[in-house]
Amino acid sequence: MVRFEQVSKKYDNIEVVKRISLEINEGELVTLIGPSGCGKTTTLKMINRLIEPSNGTIYVNGEDILKQDPVQLRRGIGYVIQQIGLFPNMTIAQNIAVVGKLQGWSKEKMLARVKELLDLVGMEPASYMDRYPKELSGGQQQRIGVLRALATNPNIILMDEPFGALDPITREQLQGELKKLQAQLHKTIIFVTHDMDEALKIADRIVLMRDGEIVQAAAPDEMLRHPADDFVASFIGKDRLLRSPDEVKVEEVMITNPVTIESNRGLAEALERMRNRRVDSLMVVDDMNRLIGVITIKAVQAGLDQGGQLGKYVAEHPAAAVIGQTVREAVYLMAEHNVGYLPVIDENEQLQGLMTRASLVDILTDVLWPGLDSPNSLLTATAKEEN
Amino acid sequence: MFDSSSVIYKVYMFISNDPSQFLNALQQHLFLLVMTPVSLAILVAVPLGILATRYKWIEKVVMTLTSILQTIPSLALLALMIVIGMGIGYKPAIMALFLYSLLPILRNTFIGIKNVDPFLKEAAMGMGMTNMQRLRMVELPLAFSVIMGGIRTATVICIGTGTLAAYVGAGGLGVFIVRGLQLFRNYLLLVGAVPAAVMALSADYLLGKIEYLLIPRGLRSDSSNK
Repeated sequence: MVRFEQVSKKYDNIEVVKRISLEINEGELVTLIGPSGCGKTTTLKMINRLIEPSNGTIYVNGEDILKQDPVQLRRGIGYVIQQIGLFPNMTIAQNIAVVGKLQGWSKEKMLARVKELLDLVGMEPASYMDRYPKELSGGQQQRIGVLRALATNPNIILMDEPFGALDPITREQLQGELKKLQAQLHKTIIFVTHDMDEALKIADRIVLMRDGEIVQAAAPDEMLRHPADDFVASFIGKDRLLRSPDEVKVEEVMITNPVTIESNRGLAEALERMRNRRVDSLMVVDDMNRLIGVITIKAVQAGLDQGGQLGKYVAEHPAAAVIGQTVREAVYLMAEHNVGYLPVIDENEQLQGLMTRASLVDILTDVLWPGLDSPNSLLTATAKEEN
Repeated sequence: MFDSSSVIYKVYMFISNDPSQFLNALQQHLFLLVMTPVSLAILVAVPLGILATRYKWIEKVVMTLTSILQTIPSLALLALMIVIGMGIGYKPAIMALFLYSLLPILRNTFIGIKNVDPFLKEAAMGMGMTNMQRLRMVELPLAFSVIMGGIRTATVICIGTGTLAAYVGAGGLGVFIVRGLQLFRNYLLLVGAVPAAVMALSADYLLGKIEYLLIPRGLRSDSSNK
């Protein structure tokens, strides 16, 4: 549908777009994203020749755009800009109809189309058609901006940060609506944004640019799982990176200061520590911090009458994860032994931490609600109190 | 108030003794010294102002020339018209007033179009408008009230400066003022000056009304509470 072949753009010998090649397929919603000055908007505007490429060729529908009349080319491509760009001197109906008017559509045909489009986004034609842009809210205005681009049914629509100036709630609504429209109408949409959340939400494919070059072009899921390099990873943001349980190591999610007790201590002390830290079991270690086992509050209570050291009440922990194992392996161990937590030891059997179900919840919340404070497990929360 | 010695009585008597003389002067002033030069200036300055927004060199040449013209004192400009061979009568007066009207209209046309939101221009281009379509459908409607402002300024300038045209024999309300000064008759000054002032005020008011009626409703400042 749209193909870039070795396209460059230079301004006074400064190359803002560097020999990019990209193929955008029919019906695809591609977002161009990157930090400011990465060339994403320039790339977009080269498609409808608002900016002329310095080198290389761009094909739209298989034809070299430089061999076409720019006015005709633009009339076949929808265009939506950030500042909305509705003409304040025209009514809503006139604004939507303007491209049809340029193409010589009859009044009746255009009017029918205007009504159809307003219905499409749930805006009552009778009450909106004769109003002027300034009488509408920002969100409504940009809906009209999108409808205007759809008016003559072009196959390709360019959108230059169309929702960037809207408040977050309206922005999300419009993103949802765009996604719906896209599913209904199967347009090829090229969408510039600097907002990764937006790109992830709407894109079929994300093209990440930096310094005029394409760093990675991939489906959102693919990009989240396999960022091409550190720049991509940092642009996506560590919080959003989707990592499968095969990639995350236990040491990344474990609690690093579990409540422990040395095996030569007394039961009373064990009980006191449990009470202080509000836990029902303690990791028992020797004087080298090597894991011996676990002691539960039941065992402590049973042993208190008899007194003595806690050593003989320690139950061997059925399973332990070793540093370097993946979360998936740890989860299997937990399931296999039917335990709710798993001590993590290093190769010297020294206790390094504790995997709990809460650690797994942390991974999930990081993915689902990035930026949210992870709910600390009781074990860490109390440990922090004491430290 | 109407005793025979009051100035107002003298003005009244002067006009009622020979109303056709006064009405002729009024007509001359309005049609020859205001409407003719302003209309000519609109015909020249609006297209030039548009061209100046499209070509940098036209902007420079035109803006410099009209600014220089504006600095020449009005009486000197009138005299200059005679010097360059336009003779005396209404012709040099129309020419001088035309030159005076150019700048406000030209400058406002230029600024009005230049100040149209660049994003609107980009939107217009991006949806495939030709240069002329963009001008007609977007830029001129949006620049309209600024251009009208220039026309109003030019009109008021012509009404005022037009009174000086009597010195080159162009007639108009200035005739009474010139005669009054020569004969030391104060009431004659008023016969010329007061109608000129009234004409200036009402022309400005009327043009404002016309502007309001012609401006697209979406651009009127009061349309949101229609």
